[in-house]
Amino acid sequence: MENQLYLSSSPHIHSGETTDKVMRKVIYALLPATALSIYFFGLPALSVLLICTLGCMGFEALSCKLMKKPIALADGSAALTGILLALNMPPSSPWWLALFGAAIAILIGKQVYGGLGYNPFNPALVARVVLLISFPVQMTSWTSPAPLGSGLDAITTATPLGEMQTAVMLTGKLPELAHSGFLDYLTGNMAGSLGEVSAIALLLGGLYLLWKRVISWHIPVAFIGTVLVIGAIFWAVSPEKYPNPLFHLLTGGLLLGALFMATDMVTSPVTNKGMLIFGFGCGLLTVLIRLFGGYPEGVSFAILLMNAATPLIDRFCRPKIYGQAEAKA
Amino acid sequence: MNPKTMDLKTFKGGLHPPDGKEFSADKAIEICPLPEELIIPLAQHIGAPAVACVEVGAKVKKGSLIANARGFVSAPIHASTSGEVIAIEPRPHPMGKALPAIVIRPDGADSWDESLKSANPGDLTAEELKACIQAAGIVGMGGATFPTHVKLSPPADKQIDTLILNGVECEPYLTADHRMMLENTEQILDGIDILRKVLGIERAVIGIEANKPDAIETLRKEAALRNIEVQALEVKYPQGAEKQLIDAITGRQVPSGTLPMEVGVVVQNVGTAAAISAAVRLGRPLVERVVTITGPGIKDPKNLLVRIGTPLQFLVDQCGGLNGEPAKIIMGGPMMGQTQLSLEPPAIRGTSGLLIFRKEDLPRYEAGPCIRCGRCIGACPIHLQPTTIAAYARLDLFDEAAEYHALDCIECGCCTYICPATLPLVQSIRYAKAAIMAKKRTL
Ligand code: SF4
Ligand code: SF4
Repeated sequence: MENQLYLSSSPHIHSGETTDKVMRKVIYALLPATALSIYFFGLPALSVLLICTLGCMGFEALSCKLMKKPIALADGSAALTGILLALNMPPSSPWWLALFGAAIAILIGKQVYGGLGYNPFNPALVARVVLLISFPVQMTSWTSPAPLGSGLDAITTATPLGEMQTAVMLTGKLPELAHSGFLDYLTGNMAGSLGEVSAIALLLGGLYLLWKRVISWHIPVAFIGTVLVIGAIFWAVSPEKYPNPLFHLLTGGLLLGALFMATDMVTSPVTNKGMLIFGFGCGLLTVLIRLFGGYPEGVSFAILLMNAATPLIDRFCRPKIYGQAEAKA
Repeated sequence: MNPKTMDLKTFKGGLHPPDGKEFSADKAIEICPLPEELIIPLAQHIGAPAVACVEVGAKVKKGSLIANARGFVSAPIHASTSGEVIAIEPRPHPMGKALPAIVIRPDGADSWDESLKSANPGDLTAEELKACIQAAGIVGMGGATFPTHVKLSPPADKQIDTLILNGVECEPYLTADHRMMLENTEQILDGIDILRKVLGIERAVIGIEANKPDAIETLRKEAALRNIEVQALEVKYPQGAEKQLIDAITGRQVPSGTLPMEVGVVVQNVGTAAAISAAVRLGRPLVERVVTITGPGIKDPKNLLVRIGTPLQFLVDQCGGLNGEPAKIIMGGPMMGQTQLSLEPPAIRGTSGLLIFRKEDLPRYEAGPCIRCGRCIGACPIHLQPTTIAAYARLDLFDEAAEYHALDCIECGCCTYICPATLPLVQSIRYAKAAIMAKKRTL
């Protein structure tokens, strides 16, 4: 009997919640949004999804093999990066663009730093931004939704945020769509990248992650809250020039970014206080870029900039340890 | 009483593992029979081991002194039954290696030493009571085994105002204290009265996790008459750790590197209080304790009143034997207990439980890279950054580990339990602590 006994130091039990289970839960949480994007954008969306996901997994396996590391597909992180990347691509992306994005996400976004846990930037966002700069035309050709079975053809159009920026630039005034169409924004019936569509589907997934305690409320609430508050201030000052805060919330990538991209554990702060600062920074940068920047959408840049600030935030937000605080009574 | 409606106090951090108490919570304490031999180690407490004062061949009675304390921070040891000393030699010890022990072959009569005198606590002074406690070899029975008389001797400049009784039992699976509170209520309360007299204070609070509503109710009924408070606490590990308990009940935090007396508090386990009552009223030294024998690897889990020195194998036999192949034998609970090489070592004063897991109860995980999820930080009851300290420890960067307060870690294991990357965080931190301490000593 003795030689089959395990000797080890305590603790002797584990919660059972391992990295692969955490990743799997995030993937589950993205399912509603993924399904809706396929419904609205049809087969092109499906093919972008497949290419990005399989591409990321392929590049992950390849780089592990080249570096003679154990192949880490089982942790689910490569598949998750693939899905997130797809959700950040226009539905009309050609196959080579999606594949190139997958390569950048895994090779440049993650593996050069040493793989999971060591990458300072969100890999999917790194890929999106590299693509946006290298292939601005393909990355900003948006199509109108053509729901499955509706018989509609996808036609080229602008995103609500893009249209707003153009209109404000040309006429100094908000276009009509900034005041109406909110029901469509809520369900996702508008032009945008795969995952920038349905607020409801994204919220559903976000709530699931909160319920399962995969993420905490700090980053999403600080991020979205900051956008709403600052958006509201501008809107109150000059409502004909700046959109109302709901428009900020429901169009573009705010929900996808705040719920799924900014909450990426590896690239965000580890303490609650740090997460609040991080979320606030993301929100502030997003509004500033949307209203005053050269790009209609600022979520990706905002998150990447805050990713860069994360080590600093962590340094400043070391938790106050027990017994170092003043006694309460 | 519904625990949900109680005003629950707690600390910041911690977590709630599945508690496994259902195996034994409803089992009334049974008296464990006499084994063929009792192995009574000389080292059973924090501090210097005791020194044997009997020789091989000596006839002893239950409660007879067999080893003297060596110095102030130490405790004497007594025979746990009547019989003959058949050996004084190294025997398997729960701490891992063989250590000196007095081996007694029981005569079966189990008769108490007649020289033990009972007393009425009301007739004794505080100093006399403390001497009684010291002579009875009472140590902290929650598992820390710190000699009780030392805790009751604060330096003159430390004003004590609160006595906290630890009835939390936050370690999963263990139910010994729970049963004691239900079945030995009177003795515990009597022990509290004695402790208050020794310390010269009024305020005594019993802290109990809300998952033991029956114990809370039973104690509340009796305690109110004696002006003892009963505080229900949130069900959260490590609520029973001294610092977390003090924070929850008094809102005070023990400064880093000091003892509870620094904030005017003395903490004692409820089992210790009962032992103190027996020591004073009946003159009985600490020779037995309640042990929870439990886990999926045990056929019929029980709470047994066990004579100190009873071999673990004998305890398992009293509980229907092993259920399947054991893979881990743990003395204590699953979060902080110590794994055993075999069932040969005896139960000692700090043995609160014997927990046995089979292979199928213990999934094995491959440790992966830290995904910076922050869960270890959220769970740490000391609010440390376990991931950072462990990372430094892995690189042998001990100064950096010390700067992140490695020495404040109470080794509760929350960080390792919760880590999705299944990193051995507390294990690395222990390694760093040992290195930091070694370095301090050589300076
Ligand atoms: S670092 Fe120490 S005190 Fe904190 S959770 Fe880990 S073991 Fe417990
Ligand atoms: S719990 Fe584990 S994975 Fe999460 S931050 Fe701590 S060490 Fe890293």
